[in-house]
Amino acid sequence: MIRLQNIHKSYITGTNKLHVLKGIDLHIKEGELVSIMGSSGSGKSTLLNILGLLDNHDDGVYLLNQQEIKAMSETKAAKLRNDLLGFVFQSFNLISFKNAMENVALPLYYKKVARKKRNRMAVEYLDKLGLKDWAEHMPNELSGGQKQRVAIARSIITNPKIILADEPTGALDSKTSIEVMDILKEINASGITVIIVTHENDIAHMTDRIINLKDGRIESIIETRKVNRTESSKIPQ
Amino acid sequence: MFDRDKWQEIFSTIRKNKTRTVLTGFSVATGIFMLIFLLGAGRGLRNGMTSVFAQDATNSMQIYGGRTTKAYKGTPEGKRIQMVNEDYLGLKKSISKLDVISAMSYIPGAETISYKNNFGNFNVSPVHDTYEKIKNFEILSGRFLNEKDIKENRKVVVIQDVVKDVLFPKETAINKLININNIKFKVVGVFSQQSFDENSRDIYIPITVAQKIFNNNDHLQRISFTLNDISVEESKGVVQQVIYKMADKHGFSKEDKSALWIQNNIENSQTFAALFTAIEMFVWIIGIFTIALGVIGVFNIMMIVVKERTKEIGVRKAIGASPASVIGLILMEAIFITAASGYIGLIAGVGLLEVITQFDLIYKIYPPAAIYFVNPQVDLGIAVGATIVLVVTGALAGFFPARKAARIRPIEALRDE
Repeated sequence: MIRLQNIHKSYITGTNKLHVLKGIDLHIKEGELVSIMGSSGSGKSTLLNILGLLDNHDDGVYLLNQQEIKAMSETKAAKLRNDLLGFVFQSFNLISFKNAMENVALPLYYKKVARKKRNRMAVEYLDKLGLKDWAEHMPNELSGGQKQRVAIARSIITNPKIILADEPTGALDSKTSIEVMDILKEINASGITVIIVTHENDIAHMTDRIINLKDGRIESIIETRKVNRTESSKIPQ
Repeated sequence: MFDRDKWQEIFSTIRKNKTRTVLTGFSVATGIFMLIFLLGAGRGLRNGMTSVFAQDATNSMQIYGGRTTKAYKGTPEGKRIQMVNEDYLGLKKSISKLDVISAMSYIPGAETISYKNNFGNFNVSPVHDTYEKIKNFEILSGRFLNEKDIKENRKVVVIQDVVKDVLFPKETAINKLININNIKFKVVGVFSQQSFDENSRDIYIPITVAQKIFNNNDHLQRISFTLNDISVEESKGVVQQVIYKMADKHGFSKEDKSALWIQNNIENSQTFAALFTAIEMFVWIIGIFTIALGVIGVFNIMMIVVKERTKEIGVRKAIGASPASVIGLILMEAIFITAASGYIGLIAGVGLLEVITQFDLIYKIYPPAAIYFVNPQVDLGIAVGATIVLVVTGALAGFFPARKAARIRPIEALRDE
């Protein structure tokens, strides 16, 4: 699903050149649940941004779904993001003036799905995450866990191949964190590749594989455990 | 562009950001309102000035006798200059490029004019037939005085429409006999005229008959004439010519500015034309600056909007919004706000002008000014043109912020710190 070969990335801030990724080689297979760990400044967010087509890499080869990602037009990148990827963020990033249903439906708007259909689908997905009754509520009326569940519903409504989650539990208490992780695991169980960036060990250990980053290089990769794929999924495709 | 979903998207953001939208719209509406109102007011002023000015032919001059302020050849200052028929004849022969010339005498004493039981005090002016070409009359029925009336000392009269309404409220005036100081005159025409004086109630009779019956002398109150095809410079030459001739005849200094009062409408009309042009230019300058302010306002607020929505736009891009759709979102919002509020401003401006006209507000507030402010309307072309300009420039003002929005990189937008 994802193949990285010798990926380099530098940022230029004023006269300084900051070399963030110094040759990353990584292979993530379809249906994997992977976490990327590292202290701040290790390059983990940068890696996620490159994986998420939110930023370009300077050097190396990036294959996404058998397609080589090189400098491409914004429009094309937007289309790929819309088709293949779903994002979950630490600060949820819901649009404050849209209610839960409208937030979840937004990716479908960019897929040109008719309004009625996309709202109906959004309510369905909210229902799956136990938020049906909150469909008409604005984000500021929701708790952190509820917001993150809305954000997750938004990330999976387009039926993506990969979910990229940047510190999805970073703003949540431990009980809610585990709930959110359970949801992500269920999503993964339905066959979607899930990549989680985190600095929390317990969160990382809920995934199949932990990729430790340090100073822009992969320091180690730890295989943890295999989830039971035969388990029936609550999140259908 | 007419994608229903896109409009719903735009309306939902507008609805959720009412204050910002209203404030943006207000600056635009004010801009177009000011422009429309100023253009309308300018037009009204011009209409008013033109109609007031139109009472005298623009190629005419008028001469009145004055009083000397300089001693001349033993005559002390303060001598009154009384024009007489001989002056009229002299000027008629000598003025170059003369078109028509008319003298006017005046009737001393009260002028009670009556017809049967109707009567009133009207201003009776004895003139030549040519006066018709010097003053702008509109003949409503019958005719003005003619050459025969003058030559044959006919007792005929032309009356203003308001006079007709007093003397003949229910019948036609033509060929009826009216009494002027107990002498019967036959009405040959009814006219209307523009005047500085709202209450002008004028009657004209042949100067020859007036001098014979009422004056018993050949005194003139004024001499008016028009000139053919004459430049402002030439008209000043004519003024000199008149002064020289009259100075010789009446014995006053050629340098004496007060011996004769000469009203040179050729020069005045040039001054007025320049004044109109200046007023119009002034209005356009104000209009352009108001539009510019409105546009800068939209630009400014759209920049803030983009800044404010950076994160939202980042999210949208992360979940698949193309740069074109982001540009569309911001641009359409800018155009919609400008167009809608421009329209409101337009309606308000036209409405105010309409109210002023309908309810005669100028007259109610300050009656003497009313005559200078006639029909303050903006033609539809200017109004629509101004709105289009505002929308187009509004779109331009929205375009740069929109492009800025499209260039937002999701990573930067989503960064928490």
